[in-house]
Amino acid sequence: MSDTLEHPGVAACPACVATPAALERAGHGMGPGEARIVMSVPGAHCAACISTIERDLEAMEGVQSARLNLTLRRVSVQADEGIDAAALGSRLKALGYDAFELDPGTLSMTETERQGRDLLMRLGVAGFSMMNIMLLSVAVWSGASDATRDLFHLISAAIALPTVAFSGQPFFRSAAASLRAGRLGMDVPISLAIILASAISLYETFQSGRHAYFDAAVMLTFFLLAGRYLDFQTRAAARSAAQELAALEVPRAIRLGAEGAEETVPVAELRPGDLVLVRPGGRIPVDGVVLSGTSELDRSILTGETLPAFAGPQTEVSAGAVNLTGPLQVRVVAAGKDSSLHRMADLVAVAEAARTRYTTLAERASRGYSPVVHLLAFSAFLVWMWISGGDWRLAINIAAATLIITCPCALGLAVPAVVTAASGRLFRKGMLIKDGTALERLAEVDTVVFDKTGTLTLGTPEPTNLEAFAAQEKALAAALVAASSHPLARALGEALRREGVVPAALEQVAEVPGHGIEGQWQGRRLRLGRAAWAGAEALDVTASYLSIAGAAPRAFTFADRLRPGAEAAVSALKAQGKAVWLISGDVPGAVGELAERLGIAQWQAEALPQDKAATIERLQSGGARVLMVGDGLNDTVALAAAHVSISPASALDAARVASDIVLLGKDLAPIAEAQRIAMLSVRRIRENFVISFGYNVVAVPIALLGFATPLWAALAMSVSSITVALNALRLK
Amino acid sequence: MDVLAILIPVSLVMGLAGLAGFYWTLKRGMYDDPEGDSRRILRDDYDDKPKS
Repeated sequence: MSDTLEHPGVAACPACVATPAALERAGHGMGPGEARIVMSVPGAHCAACISTIERDLEAMEGVQSARLNLTLRRVSVQADEGIDAAALGSRLKALGYDAFELDPGTLSMTETERQGRDLLMRLGVAGFSMMNIMLLSVAVWSGASDATRDLFHLISAAIALPTVAFSGQPFFRSAAASLRAGRLGMDVPISLAIILASAISLYETFQSGRHAYFDAAVMLTFFLLAGRYLDFQTRAAARSAAQELAALEVPRAIRLGAEGAEETVPVAELRPGDLVLVRPGGRIPVDGVVLSGTSELDRSILTGETLPAFAGPQTEVSAGAVNLTGPLQVRVVAAGKDSSLHRMADLVAVAEAARTRYTTLAERASRGYSPVVHLLAFSAFLVWMWISGGDWRLAINIAAATLIITCPCALGLAVPAVVTAASGRLFRKGMLIKDGTALERLAEVDTVVFDKTGTLTLGTPEPTNLEAFAAQEKALAAALVAASSHPLARALGEALRREGVVPAALEQVAEVPGHGIEGQWQGRRLRLGRAAWAGAEALDVTASYLSIAGAAPRAFTFADRLRPGAEAAVSALKAQGKAVWLISGDVPGAVGELAERLGIAQWQAEALPQDKAATIERLQSGGARVLMVGDGLNDTVALAAAHVSISPASALDAARVASDIVLLGKDLAPIAEAQRIAMLSVRRIRENFVISFGYNVVAVPIALLGFATPLWAALAMSVSSITVALNALRLK
Repeated sequence: MDVLAILIPVSLVMGLAGLAGFYWTLKRGMYDDPEGDSRRILRDDYDDKPKS
């Protein structure tokens, strides 16, 4: 680990930097003292962004070059050793772009890139061959005969056979695999058609026959590869998105050695009995018991509670909570696999296994389709053998024509073209689809369940009753909160500053970790903090209590700030006729108030993770299709149990891993839009199936009756493929 | 029909040239960022570090 300790920035800020592994691995293949850092910049969207980001980063000391890829929304930076992702991140943040570090070194990323280029190469070869063969075929169709026709067929064969052998490999491989598994996948009739068409054309060429299907074989390969390539691109984007999200957080902890020496180590290396230091603002890495120090803990990501909880010596703490005010020394009780974080992951695995495997529209279509094609071609062969009295050359020709014409050119494009168009649209709106089938599942949704803290709200409090206080009290409060970085204090300070309150002059202002802030004013003791400490009755909403010696304590109440677009999303979903639920782990008062504010009729408070999942399962067993939107650890089981799930980018990584779609921006409004696009794309997919089926209905009888010529096959294939692709592009 | 002896090789060579060109663009990574490249060409500041 000595490697990582050379990056002081990483060690100093365990909570805000992601992957130490990225920095380690990035060193390979670079010059000495150089590293490549790749960051995701979801906000980049325009030509001006390119200039702004690249110029600003290159102006930074130690950065050699920066290149923004607008398609993937990633910036790749070549920089000196001293530069780390946190520095680049804060630089980009100052420009107004949120940025997350990615792991540039993972093998799978380069592997994906290699596969993509490989497919594109095969597609290119098929495309150029198709053009050349078409040139010759047009001559044949327009009446070339005898020796000229044979010559043209021969040249076509010389181009087509190597092309098919090279470009058709993805289909042959997958057909072989599915045959070995004893299934008839879509690739079996495809491979059969390509091989049969090539073989019979070669035979016809040597027999000086009239019809050769070289153009059809290559065209088939080309169109199907185009569909395959689109499909691959969507999957690759989804996969790399999942990787990006997984790379976002590598938990690290500060371990205290025997002589109190601090050492930054990965959480995985912690053992029960170790002593760790958690600084204010840091996330608690393990389950444990507080040994010394007092503070308050924000457990909202674990339980959904917005009210910070007190922590002092002997308090049991669990991994995931955020330490707010004072440093804590924690004795590790359970780390890594045994911690409550991991037990939650096990629950998620159980819920995911229970989610019945979803069969996509394409799978359903090909399941019905493949046997029919084989049956048709084979019976065409038998019938024509019988009609022609054993002319096997004619019979095979007709069987091959049937296979070529029914071959699912358009069917192969029907789904990928739509999914590509739709995920492109959603990406532009700030949504990342992690799972290829998520779009289809999203289209079926009729019930939407929201989590409260961190999902509908931002988890940042806002004072609600400032107008109830006198100017004097406000001035005192403003002076007190300046001494603390507690979220409530910061929110109060900011609100007071906006009102133009001038802080009063106080003496001996000090923060008492875990309790609040204390000070002296004209000889009177002031306290702002927890209810018991300030001598007040605790309310059932989030509040901070101000006590002035000699006067009754008063409460500043807080409400969670709504996430932008939350109201729009909820009302749009309701307008679409969806049932909307709010299920939270927070207290009934806070949940009920928010539900009323957003007009959500059904809500449930104080729900444990299992309760959330149970409610969703109950809804689903009643026939509902549930979309779960959540961000916290307490939502992960519910996210995995729901039919489809969405989480914001600010969510805990476990929640993002469990969900199908990730919202990259802060805004919730795209959710309703996403549902609309999903429904539209499923309709387009169905239309595409109808279109390709329609072509078959017309073309198959012609092929079966033996009238199909290579010209017919070429026409049917290209027209249906192009219609399907254009239909997909209609997606608005 | 003698013209075929010229035209066919010419069309084949043109096809091969196109394929070679495609291979070159693929290796140079010109399909990595189609969206960014379409915007870069319209920037008014001179791009003195074109992707190598």
